Amino acid sequence: MNRELEAIYALWKREIIRFFRAKSRIVGSLGMPFFFLAILGTGLNNAFSFPGMEGNYLQFLTPGIIGMVLMFGSMFAGIIVLMDRQFGFLKETLVAPVSRLSIIIGKSIGGATTAMIQGIIIMVLAVFLGVQFSLANIVLLLVFMFLISFMFVSLGIAIASVLDDMHGFQLIMNFIIMPFFFLSGALFPLSSAPEILRIASMFDPLTYGVSGLRYILLGTSEIDFAFSLAAILGFSILFIAIAIYLFNRIEE
Amino acid sequence: MNAIEINNLSKAYKDVKAVDSVSLTIEEGTIFGLLGPNGAGKTTLISMLVTMRKPTEGNAKVNGFDVVKQPGNVRESIGIVFQDPSLDDELTAYENLEMHAALYGVDKSYRKKRIDEVINLVALGKHMNQMVKTFSGGMKRRLEIARGLVHHPKILFLDEPTLGLDPQTRISIWEYIKKLNKKEKITIILTTHYMDEADDVCSRIAIIDSGKIIAEDTPENLKDALGGDVVSIKCGASKTCSEELSKLKWVKSAVVHDGLIDIRVEKGEEKIPKILLLMEKKGILVESVSLRKPSLDDVFLHYTGKTIREQEADPKAGMRQRMAAWGHKR
Ligand SMILES: Nc1ncnc2c1ncn2[C@@H]1O[C@H](COP(=O)(O)OP(=O)(O)O)[C@@H](O)[C@H]1O
Ligand SMILES: [Mg+2]
Repeated sequence: MNRELEAIYALWKREIIRFFRAKSRIVGSLGMPFFFLAILGTGLNNAFSFPGMEGNYLQFLTPGIIGMVLMFGSMFAGIIVLMDRQFGFLKETLVAPVSRLSIIIGKSIGGATTAMIQGIIIMVLAVFLGVQFSLANIVLLLVFMFLISFMFVSLGIAIASVLDDMHGFQLIMNFIIMPFFFLSGALFPLSSAPEILRIASMFDPLTYGVSGLRYILLGTSEIDFAFSLAAILGFSILFIAIAIYLFNRIEE
Repeated sequence: MNAIEINNLSKAYKDVKAVDSVSLTIEEGTIFGLLGPNGAGKTTLISMLVTMRKPTEGNAKVNGFDVVKQPGNVRESIGIVFQDPSLDDELTAYENLEMHAALYGVDKSYRKKRIDEVINLVALGKHMNQMVKTFSGGMKRRLEIARGLVHHPKILFLDEPTLGLDPQTRISIWEYIKKLNKKEKITIILTTHYMDEADDVCSRIAIIDSGKIIAEDTPENLKDALGGDVVSIKCGASKTCSEELSKLKWVKSAVVHDGLIDIRVEKGEEKIPKILLLMEKKGILVESVSLRKPSLDDVFLHYTGKTIREQEADPKAGMRQRMAAWGHKR
């Protein structure tokens, strides 16, 4: 047991070391969300006001962008499994005398941690842009951010376990990550969207992430918080189960 | 005790039998070489021994543990250097070794000391805190060897340890391998297709082709078994020449390869004039003649009818494919 914990810790640490070493990658991955906030958010601030929206648009947009950063960061961390495979490092972990479950858990907790760090950075940047949050529920916020990240990192690992090379990455970007983002209600309230989008958004895990963040940070949300939390937990369990199953099938 | 006992081990992929009922026993303390051309099944055989792949048939014991039933015990007791690189480029040499120590449960208080030890064994102490992506191919290989040793394995597997390295680096890698076989008393199982290097380093050799072991002995015995000398001639019409030569009673074999004819005979120095005379009579111009004792290359040629160079596809093809999958490197 101790051995397995050691391995989880070592793999977690690896993700953290690599994350902080790739400074340009951090800046690069936070660039787009920051401009979303700084340009879209402030630019549309006075133009937009949706029914059921409290505060200004920038305020409304911020939890959505945090959700987006968490999703991008953790999906990417999951897909790193694929790079590890291509550059051979995965083999080194797969032949070690530790269970694959530990490997997956180490990687996903590590990936989730790095995604959370990015989420927190963008949150701080938002404050500089003038967004006001209630930080009354900081512990709940961190836990919830971690769950969102864990959910997507598991999905990333699951996808990486079935892809053979990075060609598929573009496909995932265009057909999973982007639709998840646009459908999640990060940019506009779902209650004012057409029926078909509303229905589609119910199958989007990020919808519950964004809604939950909005509840924790702004005190209001379109979906009941308890329901969002339950949905995130449900998706997390589903994705990690699929990830474990698919990862176990990797022969090399 | 035997380090390895293999019993009718086979592995079939969809349409190829990559390893075909191999049986083999390897004693502790040996440097054992698996020799064969690309696609012979060396890597597949090793992956089964290190529990990476499941055999389709047969069984094998490594350090007394069954590779299918006790993979955990097998893994703890062996070190592996894979054919393809498997380091984390974005970590330092030290971090790579530390990671390995953690994965293999090396005691925390002892880790630093052991890492120092192995990294100095391969003379990389100075580069300990350098990022692996700045390393040359040879340095990476040495680091991988060091990594394979961190947890005191009883057997070290090396799959093509010198592939793609320049001659000088290759020599130094073999030096390290010999040193650690002596110093750490480790059994070493390696694959290669550099025959001369295997001859120099290995205490026993198995030749593998199309998934089957076709000969297994000490390099000396393998060469002695062939006996006599090899006369190598270069001439215009090699095909007809070799056919003519094969008919002679005192010629054991005459095989064309790489534009040369290798003729195996007893007392080669006496046969050279005879051969030249024959060529003269046939009106064939002989461009060069050489005489040598059989090498492992000749052993391979004898058993498979081809030299290893001819059988070999481009060894870097797989690598390039992998890189191409990325469009370009980073
Ligand atoms: N994962 C795989 N799937 C299908 N065929 C494979 C796989 N790995 C190897 N092979 C085939 O098995 C044979 C032996 O390959 P390998 O063990 O890599 O040989 P070597 O290491 O001696 O070059 C080859 O014909 C190769 O194409
Ligand atoms: Mg091979």
